[in-house]
Amino acid sequence: MKILVLGEHHEGAVKDSTLATLGAAAKLGGETHLLLIGSDAQGASADAAAIGGVSKVLVAADAALDHELAESVAPLLAQLMESYDVLLASSTTTGRNVAPRVAAMLDVMQISDIVGVEGDDTFQRPIYAGNAIATVRSKDAKKVITVRGTAFTKAERGGGSAAVESVEAGAANGLSSFVSMDASESERPELTSAKIIVSGGRALGSGDAFHQYIEPLADKLGAAVGASRAAVDAGYVPNDYQVGQTGKIVAPELYIAIGISGAIQHLAGMKDSKVIVAINKDEEAPIFQVADVGLVGDLFKLVPELTEKL
Amino acid sequence: MKVLVAVKRVIDYNVKPRVKMDGTGVDLANVKMSMNPFDEIAVEEAIRLKEKGAATETVVVSIGPAKAQETLRTALAMGADRAILVTSETDVEPLAVAKILAKIAEEEQPGLVLLGKQAIDDDSSQVGQMLGALLGWGQGTFASKVEIAGDTVNVTREVDGGLETVALKSPAIVTADLRLNEPRYASLPNIMKAKSKPLAQKTAADYGIDVAPRLETLKVVEPSKRQAGAKVGSVDELVAKLKSLGVVA
Repeated sequence: MKILVLGEHHEGAVKDSTLATLGAAAKLGGETHLLLIGSDAQGASADAAAIGGVSKVLVAADAALDHELAESVAPLLAQLMESYDVLLASSTTTGRNVAPRVAAMLDVMQISDIVGVEGDDTFQRPIYAGNAIATVRSKDAKKVITVRGTAFTKAERGGGSAAVESVEAGAANGLSSFVSMDASESERPELTSAKIIVSGGRALGSGDAFHQYIEPLADKLGAAVGASRAAVDAGYVPNDYQVGQTGKIVAPELYIAIGISGAIQHLAGMKDSKVIVAINKDEEAPIFQVADVGLVGDLFKLVPELTEKL
Repeated sequence: MKVLVAVKRVIDYNVKPRVKMDGTGVDLANVKMSMNPFDEIAVEEAIRLKEKGAATETVVVSIGPAKAQETLRTALAMGADRAILVTSETDVEPLAVAKILAKIAEEEQPGLVLLGKQAIDDDSSQVGQMLGALLGWGQGTFASKVEIAGDTVNVTREVDGGLETVALKSPAIVTADLRLNEPRYASLPNIMKAKSKPLAQKTAADYGIDVAPRLETLKVVEPSKRQAGAKVGSVDELVAKLKSLGVVA
Protein backbone atom coordinates (compact mmCIF):
# COMPACT_ATOMS: atom_id res chain seq x y z
CA MET A 1 0.00 0.00 0.00
CA LYS A 2 1.26 3.49 -0.86
CA ILE A 3 0.19 6.34 1.39
CA LEU A 4 0.40 10.05 0.62
CA VAL A 5 0.15 12.41 3.59
CA LEU A 6 -0.69 16.08 3.08
CA GLY A 7 1.79 17.77 5.40
CA GLU A 8 1.28 21.08 7.13
CA HIS A 9 4.26 23.12 8.22
CA HIS A 10 5.04 26.38 9.95
CA GLU A 11 8.34 28.25 10.20
CA GLY A 12 10.43 25.37 8.91
CA ALA A 13 8.87 22.65 11.04
CA VAL A 14 6.20 20.05 10.39
CA LYS A 15 3.13 20.71 12.55
CA ASP A 16 2.10 18.38 15.39
CA SER A 17 -1.19 17.66 13.63
CA THR A 18 0.78 16.20 10.72
CA LEU A 19 2.87 14.06 13.11
CA ALA A 20 -0.39 12.60 14.43
CA THR A 21 -1.61 11.95 10.88
CA LEU A 22 1.68 10.16 10.22
CA GLY A 23 0.86 8.14 13.33
CA ALA A 24 -2.34 7.02 11.63
CA ALA A 25 -0.31 6.21 8.49
CA ALA A 26 1.92 3.96 10.63
CA LYS A 27 -1.18 2.15 11.94
CA LEU A 28 -2.35 1.61 8.38
CA GLY A 29 1.12 0.43 7.36
CA GLY A 30 2.70 0.99 3.98
CA GLU A 31 5.17 3.12 2.12
CA THR A 32 4.47 6.65 3.34
CA HIS A 33 5.33 9.83 1.47
CA LEU A 34 4.86 13.27 2.97
CA LEU A 35 3.92 16.21 0.73
CA LEU A 36 4.90 19.75 1.69
CA ILE A 37 3.43 22.64 -0.25
CA GLY A 38 3.96 26.37 -0.65
CA SER A 39 6.87 28.65 -1.53
CA ASP A 40 8.47 28.06 1.89
CA ALA A 41 8.00 24.26 1.80
CA GLN A 42 11.68 23.54 1.15
CA GLY A 43 12.49 25.06 4.54
CA ALA A 44 10.55 22.32 6.33
CA SER A 45 11.90 19.47 4.21
CA ALA A 46 14.87 18.72 6.47
CA ASP A 47 12.56 18.44 9.47
CA ALA A 48 10.16 16.27 7.46
CA ALA A 49 12.86 13.95 6.14
CA ALA A 50 13.97 13.08 9.67
CA ILE A 51 10.51 11.92 10.82
CA GLY A 52 10.36 8.19 11.46
CA GLY A 53 8.23 6.22 8.99
CA VAL A 54 8.46 8.74 6.16
CA SER A 55 10.23 7.19 3.18
CA LYS A 56 10.02 10.16 0.85
CA VAL A 57 9.30 13.87 1.17
CA LEU A 58 7.69 15.56 -1.82
CA VAL A 59 8.13 19.31 -2.04
CA ALA A 60 5.84 21.42 -4.21
CA ALA A 61 7.48 24.81 -3.63
CA ASP A 62 5.10 26.92 -5.65
CA ALA A 63 3.64 30.26 -4.61
CA ALA A 64 0.31 29.18 -6.17
CA LEU A 65 0.04 26.73 -3.25
CA ASP A 66 0.63 29.32 -0.55
CA HIS A 67 -2.18 29.59 1.99
CA GLU A 68 -3.22 26.06 1.03
CA LEU A 69 -6.10 27.22 -1.16
CA ALA A 70 -8.21 24.15 -1.91
CA GLU A 71 -8.77 25.16 -5.54
CA SER A 72 -5.01 24.98 -6.17
CA VAL A 73 -4.00 22.16 -3.80
CA ALA A 74 -6.75 19.67 -4.71
CA PRO A 75 -5.79 19.29 -8.40
CA LEU A 76 -2.16 18.60 -7.39
CA LEU A 77 -3.25 15.97 -4.86
CA ALA A 78 -5.69 14.38 -7.30
CA GLN A 79 -2.91 14.09 -9.86
CA LEU A 80 -0.39 12.68 -7.36
CA MET A 81 -3.00 10.16 -6.17
CA GLU A 82 -2.66 8.33 -9.51
CA SER A 83 0.32 6.59 -7.91
CA TYR A 84 -1.02 6.19 -4.34
CA ASP A 85 -3.71 4.09 -2.67
CA VAL A 86 -4.48 6.31 0.32
CA LEU A 87 -4.50 10.04 0.94
CA LEU A 88 -4.32 11.10 4.57
CA ALA A 89 -4.90 14.67 5.72
CA SER A 90 -5.23 16.06 9.23
CA SER A 91 -8.67 17.08 10.51
CA THR A 92 -7.47 20.66 10.65
CA THR A 93 -9.30 23.44 8.87
CA THR A 94 -6.77 22.93 6.05
CA GLY A 95 -7.29 19.17 5.74
CA ARG A 96 -11.05 19.46 6.10
CA ASN A 97 -11.11 22.13 3.40
CA VAL A 98 -8.92 20.35 0.86
CA ALA A 99 -9.53 16.59 1.26
CA PRO A 100 -13.22 16.40 0.21
CA ARG A 101 -12.41 18.39 -2.92
CA VAL A 102 -9.78 15.77 -3.79
CA ALA A 103 -12.19 12.94 -2.96
CA ALA A 104 -14.81 14.28 -5.37
CA MET A 105 -12.19 14.70 -8.11
CA LEU A 106 -11.27 11.03 -7.61
CA ASP A 107 -14.94 9.98 -7.28
CA VAL A 108 -14.25 8.60 -3.82
CA MET A 109 -16.39 8.86 -0.68
CA GLN A 110 -14.12 10.40 1.95
CA ILE A 111 -13.83 8.91 5.42
CA SER A 112 -13.79 11.93 7.72
CA ASP A 113 -12.11 12.34 11.05
CA ILE A 114 -11.01 8.77 11.78
CA VAL A 115 -10.11 7.84 15.36
CA GLY A 116 -9.15 4.22 14.71
CA VAL A 117 -7.79 1.92 12.02
CA GLU A 118 -9.17 -1.62 11.93
CA GLY A 119 -7.74 -2.75 8.61
CA ASP A 120 -6.79 -1.61 5.11
CA ASP A 121 -10.33 -0.45 4.38
CA THR A 122 -12.03 -0.33 7.80
CA PHE A 123 -11.97 2.64 10.12
CA GLN A 124 -13.62 4.04 13.23
CA ARG A 125 -15.01 7.52 13.21
CA PRO A 126 -17.12 9.53 15.64
CA ILE A 127 -20.60 10.56 14.52
CA TYR A 128 -23.20 12.69 16.30
CA ALA A 129 -20.37 14.77 17.78
CA GLY A 130 -18.83 11.72 19.39
CA ASN A 131 -22.05 10.40 20.92
CA ALA A 132 -21.56 7.31 18.77
CA ILE A 133 -18.59 5.63 17.13
CA ALA A 134 -19.19 4.11 13.70
CA THR A 135 -17.03 1.42 12.15
CA VAL A 136 -17.12 1.88 8.39
CA ARG A 137 -15.67 -0.07 5.49
CA SER A 138 -14.81 1.73 2.29
CA LYS A 139 -15.63 0.08 -1.01
CA ASP A 140 -13.66 2.62 -3.03
CA ALA A 141 -10.40 1.48 -4.63
CA LYS A 142 -8.59 4.58 -3.39
CA LYS A 143 -9.16 6.05 0.04
CA VAL A 144 -9.30 9.69 1.05
CA ILE A 145 -9.20 10.06 4.82
CA THR A 146 -8.97 12.85 7.37
CA VAL A 147 -7.46 12.03 10.76
CA ARG A 148 -8.44 13.29 14.20
CA GLY A 149 -5.08 14.16 15.71
CA THR A 150 -5.98 13.51 19.35
CA ALA A 151 -6.64 9.82 18.59
CA PHE A 152 -3.21 8.80 17.28
CA THR A 153 0.32 8.65 18.67
CA LYS A 154 2.48 11.24 16.97
CA ALA A 155 5.28 10.02 14.70
CA GLU A 156 8.67 10.77 16.21
CA ARG A 157 11.18 13.21 14.88
CA GLY A 158 14.68 11.93 14.26
CA GLY A 159 15.95 8.64 12.96
CA GLY A 160 14.38 9.02 9.54
CA SER A 161 16.38 9.85 6.44
CA ALA A 162 13.84 10.21 3.68
CA ALA A 163 14.76 11.32 0.18
CA VAL A 164 13.48 14.77 -0.77
CA GLU A 165 12.01 15.20 -4.23
CA SER A 166 10.49 18.20 -6.00
CA VAL A 167 7.09 18.01 -7.65
CA GLU A 168 5.48 20.47 -10.05
CA ALA A 169 2.30 22.25 -9.12
CA GLY A 170 -0.28 22.86 -11.82
CA ALA A 171 -1.13 26.25 -13.27
CA ALA A 172 -3.11 28.73 -11.18
CA ASN A 173 -6.83 28.47 -11.89
CA GLY A 174 -8.13 31.90 -10.96
CA LEU A 175 -11.02 30.50 -8.91
CA SER A 176 -9.83 31.88 -5.60
CA SER A 177 -7.18 34.12 -4.15
CA PHE A 178 -5.87 34.85 -0.68
CA VAL A 179 -6.77 38.30 0.65
CA SER A 180 -5.69 38.46 4.28
CA MET A 181 -5.12 36.56 7.50
CA ASP A 182 -6.24 37.96 10.79
CA ALA A 183 -4.32 35.74 13.20
CA SER A 184 -5.85 35.35 16.66
CA GLU A 185 -4.07 37.95 18.74
CA SER A 186 -4.45 35.98 21.90
CA GLU A 187 -1.25 34.92 23.60
CA ARG A 188 -3.16 31.89 24.76
CA PRO A 189 -2.99 28.57 22.97
CA GLU A 190 -5.63 27.68 20.45
CA LEU A 191 -8.66 25.76 21.73
CA THR A 192 -8.40 22.71 19.49
CA SER A 193 -4.72 22.07 20.22
CA ALA A 194 -4.48 23.31 23.83
CA LYS A 195 -3.26 20.91 26.53
CA ILE A 196 -5.37 22.68 29.14
CA ILE A 197 -8.69 24.47 28.66
CA VAL A 198 -10.53 26.61 31.18
CA SER A 199 -14.16 27.03 30.14
CA GLY A 200 -16.83 29.27 31.56
CA GLY A 201 -20.60 29.03 31.46
CA ARG A 202 -23.67 31.11 31.97
CA ALA A 203 -23.15 31.26 35.73
CA LEU A 204 -20.34 33.77 35.15
CA GLY A 205 -23.12 36.27 34.47
CA SER A 206 -21.14 38.71 32.32
CA GLY A 207 -18.26 39.20 29.93
CA ASP A 208 -16.42 41.11 32.64
CA ALA A 209 -16.58 38.07 34.88
CA PHE A 210 -14.82 36.09 32.13
CA HIS A 211 -11.96 38.60 32.22
CA GLN A 212 -11.92 38.70 35.96
CA TYR A 213 -12.27 35.01 36.87
CA ILE A 214 -11.66 32.71 33.88
CA GLU A 215 -8.78 34.45 32.13
CA PRO A 216 -6.41 34.77 35.13
CA LEU A 217 -6.80 31.03 35.84
CA ALA A 218 -6.21 30.23 32.15
CA ASP A 219 -3.12 32.43 32.08
CA LYS A 220 -1.75 30.84 35.23
CA LEU A 221 -2.09 27.40 33.62
CA GLY A 222 -1.06 28.46 30.11
CA ALA A 223 -4.51 27.30 29.07
CA ALA A 224 -6.92 28.18 26.29
CA VAL A 225 -10.25 29.79 27.19
CA GLY A 226 -13.49 28.13 26.16
CA ALA A 227 -17.17 28.69 26.84
CA SER A 228 -20.50 26.95 26.80
CA ARG A 229 -23.10 27.80 24.21
CA ALA A 230 -25.18 29.51 26.89
CA ALA A 231 -22.31 31.88 27.67
CA VAL A 232 -21.81 32.59 23.98
CA ASP A 233 -25.52 33.13 23.38
CA ALA A 234 -25.63 35.50 26.34
CA GLY A 235 -22.91 37.54 24.64
CA TYR A 236 -20.22 37.09 27.31
CA VAL A 237 -17.62 35.89 24.79
CA PRO A 238 -17.41 35.56 20.98
CA ASN A 239 -18.73 32.46 19.20
CA ASP A 240 -15.28 31.07 18.48
CA TYR A 241 -14.89 30.31 22.20
CA GLN A 242 -17.72 27.81 22.06
CA VAL A 243 -16.97 24.21 22.94
CA GLY A 244 -19.70 21.77 21.99
CA GLN A 245 -21.50 19.90 19.28
CA THR A 246 -22.00 23.02 17.19
CA GLY A 247 -18.77 24.68 18.31
CA LYS A 248 -15.32 23.22 18.73
CA ILE A 249 -14.63 19.59 19.65
CA VAL A 250 -11.75 19.44 22.08
CA ALA A 251 -9.81 16.75 23.92
CA PRO A 252 -7.20 18.41 26.12
CA GLU A 253 -5.24 16.79 28.98
CA LEU A 254 -7.19 18.91 31.44
CA TYR A 255 -10.58 20.57 31.00
CA ILE A 256 -11.82 22.83 33.77
CA ALA A 257 -15.54 23.60 33.45
CA ILE A 258 -16.56 26.56 35.57
CA GLY A 259 -20.20 27.47 36.05
CA ILE A 260 -21.16 25.11 33.23
CA SER A 261 -24.17 22.91 33.93
CA GLY A 262 -23.24 20.39 31.24
CA ALA A 263 -25.90 20.47 28.53
CA ILE A 264 -25.69 17.51 26.15
CA GLN A 265 -24.38 19.60 23.34
CA HIS A 266 -21.54 20.93 25.51
CA LEU A 267 -20.62 17.49 26.85
CA ALA A 268 -20.43 16.23 23.26
CA GLY A 269 -17.63 18.69 22.59
CA MET A 270 -15.38 17.98 25.57
CA LYS A 271 -16.05 14.54 27.00
CA ASP A 272 -12.95 13.04 25.40
CA SER A 273 -10.77 15.26 27.58
CA LYS A 274 -8.34 13.24 29.69
CA VAL A 275 -9.19 14.84 33.03
CA ILE A 276 -12.34 16.89 33.57
CA VAL A 277 -12.75 19.20 36.54
CA ALA A 278 -16.10 20.82 37.29
CA ILE A 279 -16.79 23.74 39.59
CA ASN A 280 -20.48 24.46 40.00
CA LYS A 281 -22.79 25.55 42.78
CA ASP A 282 -25.48 23.05 41.79
CA GLU A 283 -24.38 19.62 42.99
CA GLU A 284 -26.98 17.97 40.73
CA ALA A 285 -25.53 19.57 37.58
CA PRO A 286 -25.00 16.97 34.80
CA ILE A 287 -21.41 18.14 34.36
CA PHE A 288 -20.55 16.21 37.55
CA GLN A 289 -21.56 12.96 35.82
CA VAL A 290 -18.59 13.23 33.49
CA ALA A 291 -16.18 15.08 35.78
CA ASP A 292 -13.21 13.25 37.28
CA VAL A 293 -13.02 15.82 40.03
CA GLY A 294 -15.93 17.96 41.16
CA LEU A 295 -16.08 20.90 43.51
CA VAL A 296 -19.44 22.24 44.63
CA GLY A 297 -19.57 25.88 45.58
CA ASP A 298 -19.52 29.52 44.60
CA LEU A 299 -17.22 30.00 41.61
CA PHE A 300 -16.65 33.66 42.45
CA LYS A 301 -14.94 32.56 45.67
CA LEU A 302 -13.41 29.26 44.54
CA VAL A 303 -11.87 30.29 41.22
CA PRO A 304 -9.70 33.14 42.58
CA GLU A 305 -8.57 30.81 45.37
CA LEU A 306 -7.71 28.11 42.84
CA THR A 307 -5.85 30.61 40.66
CA GLU A 308 -3.81 31.65 43.65
CA LYS A 309 -3.02 28.15 44.87
CA LEU A 310 -2.04 26.56 41.59
CA MET B 1 -28.10 36.67 -8.72
CA LYS B 2 -29.82 33.54 -7.57
CA VAL B 3 -28.73 31.85 -4.34
CA LEU B 4 -29.13 28.11 -3.83
CA VAL B 5 -29.13 26.76 -0.26
CA ALA B 6 -28.86 23.10 0.74
CA VAL B 7 -30.42 21.96 4.01
CA LYS B 8 -30.52 18.63 5.84
CA ARG B 9 -33.05 17.22 8.26
CA VAL B 10 -31.17 15.90 11.30
CA ILE B 11 -31.75 14.99 14.91
CA ASP B 12 -32.41 18.16 16.93
CA TYR B 13 -29.19 19.44 18.47
CA ASN B 14 -30.73 19.39 21.95
CA VAL B 15 -31.57 15.69 21.83
CA LYS B 16 -29.08 13.15 23.12
CA PRO B 17 -28.56 10.57 20.38
CA ARG B 18 -29.14 7.00 21.56
CA VAL B 19 -27.28 4.15 19.94
CA LYS B 20 -29.54 1.22 18.97
CA MET B 21 -29.05 -1.96 20.95
CA ASP B 22 -28.34 -3.97 17.81
CA GLY B 23 -25.46 -1.68 16.89
CA THR B 24 -26.87 -0.73 13.50
CA GLY B 25 -27.08 2.97 14.09
CA VAL B 26 -28.64 5.74 16.13
CA ASP B 27 -32.30 5.43 17.09
CA LEU B 28 -34.28 8.10 15.25
CA ALA B 29 -37.78 6.73 15.99
CA ASN B 30 -39.90 9.28 17.85
CA VAL B 31 -36.98 11.68 18.12
CA LYS B 32 -37.37 15.39 17.49
CA MET B 33 -35.87 16.32 14.13
CA SER B 34 -34.86 19.81 13.02
CA MET B 35 -32.92 21.63 10.40
CA ASN B 36 -29.17 21.12 10.77
CA PRO B 37 -28.06 24.24 12.74
CA PHE B 38 -25.32 25.18 10.27
CA ASP B 39 -27.81 24.92 7.39
CA GLU B 40 -30.15 27.24 9.26
CA ILE B 41 -27.33 29.80 9.29
CA ALA B 42 -26.86 29.26 5.53
CA VAL B 43 -30.59 29.89 4.93
CA GLU B 44 -30.45 33.04 7.05
CA GLU B 45 -27.47 34.33 5.08
CA ALA B 46 -29.24 33.75 1.77
CA ILE B 47 -32.30 35.65 3.00
CA ARG B 48 -30.13 38.52 4.22
CA LEU B 49 -28.38 38.69 0.84
CA LYS B 50 -31.78 39.05 -0.79
CA GLU B 51 -32.89 41.66 1.72
CA LYS B 52 -29.70 43.63 0.98
CA GLY B 53 -30.46 43.44 -2.73
CA ALA B 54 -27.40 41.27 -3.45
CA ALA B 55 -29.56 38.25 -4.33
CA THR B 56 -32.68 38.14 -6.47
CA GLU B 57 -34.06 34.74 -5.51
CA THR B 58 -33.36 32.14 -2.82
CA VAL B 59 -33.96 28.48 -3.64
CA VAL B 60 -33.64 25.89 -0.90
CA VAL B 61 -32.93 22.20 -1.57
CA SER B 62 -33.06 19.15 0.66
CA ILE B 63 -32.11 15.58 -0.15
CA GLY B 64 -33.58 13.03 2.21
CA PRO B 65 -36.80 11.33 3.33
CA ALA B 66 -40.27 12.69 2.43
CA LYS B 67 -40.38 14.30 5.88
CA ALA B 68 -37.55 16.63 4.89
CA GLN B 69 -40.43 18.61 3.42
CA GLU B 70 -40.94 20.00 6.95
CA THR B 71 -37.36 21.23 6.98
CA LEU B 72 -37.90 22.94 3.65
CA ARG B 73 -41.12 24.54 4.93
CA THR B 74 -39.12 25.92 7.85
CA ALA B 75 -36.66 27.49 5.40
CA LEU B 76 -39.58 28.91 3.37
CA ALA B 77 -41.10 30.30 6.56
CA MET B 78 -37.79 31.99 7.37
CA GLY B 79 -38.05 33.69 3.98
CA ALA B 80 -36.69 31.47 1.19
CA ASP B 81 -38.63 31.81 -2.07
CA ARG B 82 -39.07 28.23 -3.25
CA ALA B 83 -37.96 24.72 -2.47
CA ILE B 84 -36.83 21.51 -4.15
CA LEU B 85 -37.14 18.20 -2.32
CA VAL B 86 -35.16 15.26 -3.65
CA THR B 87 -36.51 12.21 -1.87
CA SER B 88 -34.56 9.12 -1.00
CA GLU B 89 -35.64 6.59 1.59
CA THR B 90 -32.08 5.38 2.07
CA ASP B 91 -29.28 7.53 3.45
CA VAL B 92 -27.49 9.49 0.76
CA GLU B 93 -23.77 9.94 1.30
CA PRO B 94 -22.08 13.35 0.89
CA LEU B 95 -20.56 12.41 -2.49
CA ALA B 96 -23.98 11.53 -3.95
CA VAL B 97 -25.56 14.60 -2.32
CA ALA B 98 -22.89 16.75 -3.99
CA LYS B 99 -23.58 15.07 -7.34
CA ILE B 100 -27.31 15.77 -7.07
CA LEU B 101 -26.66 19.36 -5.99
CA ALA B 102 -24.29 19.78 -8.95
CA LYS B 103 -27.11 18.75 -11.32
CA ILE B 104 -29.50 21.17 -9.64
CA ALA B 105 -26.89 23.95 -9.83
CA GLU B 106 -26.52 23.27 -13.56
CA GLU B 107 -30.28 23.68 -13.98
CA GLU B 108 -30.73 26.65 -11.66
CA GLN B 109 -27.50 28.53 -12.51
CA PRO B 110 -27.07 30.20 -9.09
CA GLY B 111 -24.33 32.76 -8.51
CA LEU B 112 -23.77 31.35 -5.04
CA VAL B 113 -24.48 28.06 -3.29
CA LEU B 114 -24.70 28.24 0.50
CA LEU B 115 -24.49 25.15 2.75
CA GLY B 116 -23.81 24.41 6.40
CA LYS B 117 -20.18 23.54 7.11
CA GLN B 118 -21.24 20.11 8.33
CA ALA B 119 -24.28 18.13 9.38
CA ILE B 120 -24.44 17.30 13.08
CA ASP B 121 -25.47 13.70 12.43
CA ASP B 122 -22.73 12.18 10.28
CA ASP B 123 -20.26 15.04 10.93
CA SER B 124 -18.69 14.48 7.52
CA SER B 125 -18.15 18.11 6.50
CA GLN B 126 -17.72 17.22 2.83
CA VAL B 127 -20.63 18.29 0.63
CA GLY B 128 -19.66 21.92 -0.04
CA GLN B 129 -16.07 21.08 -0.94
CA MET B 130 -17.16 18.15 -3.14
CA LEU B 131 -19.69 20.36 -4.90
CA GLY B 132 -16.91 22.87 -5.55
CA ALA B 133 -14.83 20.15 -7.20
CA LEU B 134 -17.72 18.80 -9.29
CA LEU B 135 -18.73 22.23 -10.59
CA GLY B 136 -15.16 23.56 -10.83
CA TRP B 137 -16.08 26.51 -8.63
CA GLY B 138 -14.22 28.18 -5.78
CA GLN B 139 -15.11 27.33 -2.19
CA GLY B 140 -15.22 29.43 0.96
CA THR B 141 -15.61 26.93 3.78
CA PHE B 142 -16.31 27.63 7.48
CA ALA B 143 -17.46 31.16 6.65
CA SER B 144 -17.99 33.83 9.30
CA LYS B 145 -18.55 36.66 6.81
CA VAL B 146 -19.71 36.83 3.20
CA GLU B 147 -19.57 39.95 1.03
CA ILE B 148 -20.55 40.15 -2.60
CA ALA B 149 -18.78 42.75 -4.73
CA GLY B 150 -19.68 42.46 -8.40
CA ASP B 151 -18.65 39.00 -9.54
CA THR B 152 -16.37 38.45 -6.56
CA VAL B 153 -17.45 36.77 -3.34
CA ASN B 154 -15.25 37.73 -0.40
CA VAL B 155 -15.40 35.13 2.33
CA THR B 156 -13.88 35.34 5.80
CA ARG B 157 -13.13 31.84 7.04
CA GLU B 158 -12.76 30.53 10.57
CA VAL B 159 -9.47 28.68 10.37
CA ASP B 160 -7.43 27.11 13.17
CA GLY B 161 -5.17 30.11 13.68
CA GLY B 162 -7.68 32.93 13.26
CA LEU B 163 -9.70 34.43 10.43
CA GLU B 164 -8.65 34.10 6.79
CA THR B 165 -10.25 36.09 3.99
CA VAL B 166 -10.33 34.74 0.45
CA ALA B 167 -11.77 36.19 -2.75
CA LEU B 168 -13.75 33.77 -4.90
CA LYS B 169 -14.82 34.20 -8.48
CA SER B 170 -18.61 33.93 -8.77
CA PRO B 171 -20.30 31.48 -9.06
CA ALA B 172 -18.92 30.03 -5.84
CA ILE B 173 -19.66 27.77 -2.88
CA VAL B 174 -19.82 29.00 0.71
CA THR B 175 -20.24 26.81 3.79
CA ALA B 176 -21.51 28.50 6.94
CA ASP B 177 -19.85 28.44 10.34
CA LEU B 178 -21.48 29.54 13.60
CA ARG B 179 -20.38 33.16 13.58
CA LEU B 180 -21.83 34.00 10.18
CA ASN B 181 -25.16 35.14 11.63
CA GLU B 182 -27.88 34.34 14.09
CA PRO B 183 -30.84 32.78 12.30
CA ARG B 184 -34.24 34.37 12.76
CA TYR B 185 -37.33 32.63 14.04
CA ALA B 186 -40.14 32.27 11.56
CA SER B 187 -43.19 34.32 12.53
CA LEU B 188 -46.61 32.70 12.57
CA PRO B 189 -47.88 34.65 9.51
CA ASN B 190 -44.74 33.62 7.63
CA ILE B 191 -45.23 29.99 8.64
CA MET B 192 -48.75 30.19 7.18
CA LYS B 193 -47.46 31.91 4.04
CA ALA B 194 -44.75 29.25 3.59
CA LYS B 195 -47.42 26.60 3.09
CA SER B 196 -48.32 28.05 -0.28
CA LYS B 197 -44.77 28.67 -1.53
CA PRO B 198 -43.69 26.36 -4.38
CA LEU B 199 -42.07 23.07 -3.43
CA ALA B 200 -40.96 20.79 -6.28
CA GLN B 201 -40.66 17.05 -5.63
CA LYS B 202 -37.92 15.04 -7.31
CA THR B 203 -36.01 11.82 -6.83
CA ALA B 204 -32.31 11.04 -7.18
CA ALA B 205 -33.17 9.01 -10.29
CA ASP B 206 -34.60 12.18 -11.91
CA TYR B 207 -31.05 13.51 -11.91
CA GLY B 208 -29.53 10.21 -13.03
CA ILE B 209 -27.39 9.88 -9.92
CA ASP B 210 -26.47 6.52 -8.41
CA VAL B 211 -26.85 6.89 -4.64
CA ALA B 212 -25.55 3.41 -3.74
CA PRO B 213 -23.33 3.86 -0.67
CA ARG B 214 -19.57 3.61 -0.97
CA LEU B 215 -19.10 3.24 2.75
CA GLU B 216 -20.59 0.29 4.57
CA THR B 217 -21.40 0.87 8.22
CA LEU B 218 -20.36 -2.32 10.00
CA LYS B 219 -21.46 -1.21 13.44
CA VAL B 220 -22.29 1.76 15.58
CA VAL B 221 -21.47 1.66 19.27
CA GLU B 222 -21.54 4.03 22.20
CA PRO B 223 -18.21 5.58 23.04
CA SER B 224 -16.58 4.29 26.19
CA LYS B 225 -18.45 5.85 29.09
CA ARG B 226 -16.79 8.16 31.54
CA GLN B 227 -17.11 7.27 35.16
CA ALA B 228 -18.09 10.17 37.35
CA GLY B 229 -15.20 10.82 39.71
CA ALA B 230 -15.21 11.98 43.28
CA LYS B 231 -16.18 15.36 44.56
CA VAL B 232 -13.64 17.19 46.66
CA GLY B 233 -14.48 19.48 49.55
CA SER B 234 -12.08 22.35 49.08
CA VAL B 235 -9.75 24.12 46.69
CA ASP B 236 -6.77 22.64 48.54
CA GLU B 237 -8.07 19.14 47.94
CA LEU B 238 -8.69 20.01 44.29
CA VAL B 239 -5.13 21.28 43.83
CA ALA B 240 -3.73 18.15 45.54
CA LYS B 241 -5.86 15.92 43.32
CA LEU B 242 -4.78 17.70 40.13
CA LYS B 243 -1.15 17.32 41.18
CA SER B 244 -1.59 13.62 41.91
CA LEU B 245 -3.16 13.17 38.47
CA GLY B 246 -0.12 14.88 36.99
CA VAL B 247 -2.11 17.42 35.00
CA VAL B 248 -0.71 20.49 36.73
CA ALA B 249 2.78 21.13 37.97
